Order: sequence, then structure tokens, then C-alpha cells
Amino acid sequence: MENLERILSEHPFLAGMDTKHIQLLVGCASNVVFQKGEFIFREGESADAFYFIRHGKVAVETYIPQKGPIMIRSRSEGEIFGWSWLVPPYRWHFDARALELTRAVALDGKCLRGKCEEDHDLGYEIMKRFALIIAERLEATRLQLMDIYGDGPKK
Amino acid sequence: MAMARKSKANKIGRDNPMLVFPFTVARVIRESHDTFSLELESRNRRREFSFVPGQFNMLYVYGIGEVPISISGDPNRSKVLVHTTREVGTVTRAIRKLKVGDTIGVRGPYGRGWPIEKAHGHDVVLVTGGIGLAPLRPVIYCLLSNREKYGKIVLLYGARTPEDILYRKDLERWRSRFDLETYLTVDRATGAWHGNVGVVTSLIGRSSFDPFHCVAMACGPEIMMRFTMLELQKRGVEDARMFVSMERSMKCGIGLCGHCQIGSTFVCKDGPVYSYNSVRNIFMKREM
Ligand SMILES: Cc1cc2nc3c(=O)[nH]c(=O)nc-3n(C[C@H](O)[C@H](O)[C@H](O)COP(=O)(O)OP(=O)(O)OC[C@H]3O[C@@H](n4cnc5c(N)ncnc54)[C@H](O)[C@@H]3O)c2cc1C
Ligand code: FES
Repeated sequence: MENLERILSEHPFLAGMDTKHIQLLVGCASNVVFQKGEFIFREGESADAFYFIRHGKVAVETYIPQKGPIMIRSRSEGEIFGWSWLVPPYRWHFDARALELTRAVALDGKCLRGKCEEDHDLGYEIMKRFALIIAERLEATRLQLMDIYGDGPKK
Repeated sequence: MAMARKSKANKIGRDNPMLVFPFTVARVIRESHDTFSLELESRNRRREFSFVPGQFNMLYVYGIGEVPISISGDPNRSKVLVHTTREVGTVTRAIRKLKVGDTIGVRGPYGRGWPIEKAHGHDVVLVTGGIGLAPLRPVIYCLLSNREKYGKIVLLYGARTPEDILYRKDLERWRSRFDLETYLTVDRATGAWHGNVGVVTSLIGRSSFDPFHCVAMACGPEIMMRFTMLELQKRGVEDARMFVSMERSMKCGIGLCGHCQIGSTFVCKDGPVYSYNSVRNIFMKREM
């Protein structure tokens, strides 16, 4: 527990958060390990956690019939991923697969939602931080959609 | 060093900057499905070609037309002139059709290059996307051949897909060095790719340079550079320490015709490399 508290309090995502709130988060946290190639979650499954990556790399993918899995984004050490636990209907929109041995801290979404309901200050702190992440992902997705490097020669 | 050397060719070039010199294609390198590099040698074997990283030449395909293309080779190898071109239209398509032994006209080098000396004693961050790696490759050669003069060197490179990644051999070499932090990312990939996926700007937060003592150079599509500047600002890099390379269509290449003019600046003569604080307003203007 002490170790988890240290990991969470040192993570930039939680920078500036009250110790009492960090301790509440620790109550929902656990260490997890994923082997290379292992699916962490799959599209459509219930979204019951988000993850702080301690080591390793994770691919966020979607499956396109006839094309197979397409990697949309990768996440690596120091980054967090998964925010579907926060918005109904709490289902994953993509697959996540470990590209290499990955160690992470998982925060149980159901447990966290309960704590945020009980303590709105904690809820606000969490929302503020996730709003930043969601805005950043939206911006990145827009850039990706623009296909800024062009589509090859014009014949 | 070649850069400082005053070759005969450049003396001639200075006296009459519009003179076109014939060069022979010595080697063609396929970089990706639409991008290729040409190694050119002067018809006059003794002639050397010196340039500052970031400068460009006007390449003339006889009977077709002329286009500005950055010099992408090593400034220390002054006998070989290298250009990397992406095929987009009439002239670049004609350049692609050239074979070993064919002739191409070259005039230049033109423009102001990257602030390599300003970066002495500082960390250097290079953010580049797509064909934008070409004008920055000479910078990397230069930084690595004077490695002791710089702090950390970080290269962030984004491509559309893994198949579009340029200069694979160079990248392999650079990635294996301990004194160069290299990150690659692609916008999309299939299952076989185990590297990063996401826009190049997302790598900025991950790299470990000192934002208060660094010089940043960005080259790529203008929208990519805009977002790069925003990300670097978020990290605390001052506008005056961020540099971008601008692209505008050109005719004369030497500040005479006004084709490349934006506001009061001529990209061919005052650029193509600018400090961000001097072009911030241009970047934000929509009609540009
Ligand atoms: C200073 C400077 C340095 C440059 N360095 C390089 C370089 O190192 N390598 C390189 O490949 N290109 C470089 N360019 C861009 C290059 O000059 C243009 O791609 C070229 O002029 C296009 O000529 P074209 O006759 O083949 O295409 P055109 O027939 O003029 O255009 C055909 C189509 O391509 C589009 N197009 C034109 N220019 C560009 C462009 N820059 N990017 C994307 N689409 C374009 C046009 O809108 C049009 O739809 C540089 C430009 C400048 C100003
Ligand atoms: S191209 Fe003629 S002034 Fe710049």
C-alpha cells in the first residue's frame, strides 16, 4: 500500500492532489502485470479500470474487417490510459494490448466512481485531470484525421 | 570544414546567383513509395558544394521546370549534393524519372539555414514530420560531428505509416547512439508495428530536454509546426528559441520576383528558417 501511495503521489497526473485524496485512490488501486501480446481489455467489454503504466508499452487498437487490427495510439511508461470507466455506459471503445511486458497500476473504476460520488472534492479533482487528458486526445485525434502528411502523389 | 570552405562554385554562384550548373545523377535512393533521394555530382569533378543546413537549391529539369528543394545531405561531404524529394506534381514527377547518369540543373544554395551556432551549449530539440526530416538531416549530421558543443539532443519524428518512414539506415544508427534521444511515431499502423502510434507532438511531453536551455527546430506541414509550437510553449520554451522552416512557392529564389513574399518577408531570402517569434503572426493568419 505504501508503495502504491508513493507511485501515485509521484505521478504527474496526480501532481498537487491532497494526500487524503491520494489515500482514497490507493484504496481502489492494485499492481498489475501484462505479458507481451496479452489483451488488457477488448472493445465492448465493461470498462472497469484505468491504468498508470510503470514499464512497458500498450497499443490501443480497433479491428477493421478485412484489414485486421489497426493501432490508433500507443501508450508507454509514465502515461495513463483508459477513460471509458468515467462515462456511461462504461464500456471500452477500443482494444488494448501489451506490446511488451507491461507493469501498471490499475485503478478500479467502480470503486473510484463510488468514492467520487461520496466525496465531490475528489470527484472534481479527478474530472479536472481527465478533462485535460480527453482534450489532449481529441486534439491528437483531429491531427491524425487531417492526415497532415498527405496522401501521396497526385497522378 | 566544408561549410566554411569557399568553393569556386560558390564564388561563381555569388557573382551571378541565377546561373544554373549541370549536375549528374550519381545515385537514386528509394526512401518510400513516393519519396526518393538523389545523390548529385557536379559535372566539373573538382567542384565542391558547400551549404548551411536548412538551405535549398532550385532544381531544374530541362524542358519541364524548376522547384525549390532543401539540401538533405551531410555538409561535411561536399563532393556529393543530396536532395530528397516527394513526388507531388509536374516537376517533382519529372525529377523522379531521372536515372543514374542523367543531368539536372542546380542553382543555389539559397536562403538562411538553421541556427546551429546559436544552439552551442544548449539542448537541441528537433521536431519533424513527413518530408520535413529532409531539411533537418544536415542539422543532425552537423550536431553529431560536433557533439561536445551541445547538451542533450532530442529527435522526434512522425510519419504517416511505418512504410513512410524516411532514412531508415540513418534512423537505426541514430537510435543506437546513447548521446542522441530518438523517438519515432506514426499516425497509424497495423499489428506488425511495435513502435509508437500517435501524432509527433505527443512525443514532446515524453522527451527529457531542458525547456529553459534549449533551441528547438521544427520542420514539417505547417499545421504540425503550429501544434509543435504550442506544445513547446506548454513545456516553457521561449518563442525566440523555437525555429521553423516555411514553404512558399518560388520562382527566382533570390528575393527579386516577390513570389514567395509573406507580409514584409521573402521566404527565399529571409527564410526559409525563421525564429517563431518573427513569424508567429503569419502562422496564425488563415488566408496564408
Ligand atoms: C524552401 C523550400 C524547400 C523545399 N524542400 C523540399 C524538399 O526538400 N523536398 C520536397 O519534396 N519538397 C520540398 N519543397 C516543396 C517543393 O518545392 C514542392 O513540392 C514542389 O515545388 C512541387 O512542384 P511540382 O511541380 O512537383 O508540383 P505542382 O505541379 O506545382 O503541384 C502539384 C500538386 O502538389 C501540391 N503541392 C505543391 N507543393 C506542395 C508541397 N510543398 N507539399 C505538398 N503538396 C504540394 C499542389 O498544391 C498541387 O496540388 C520545398 C519548398 C520550399 C519552398
Ligand atoms: S522566389 Fe522570387 S522573391 Fe522569393
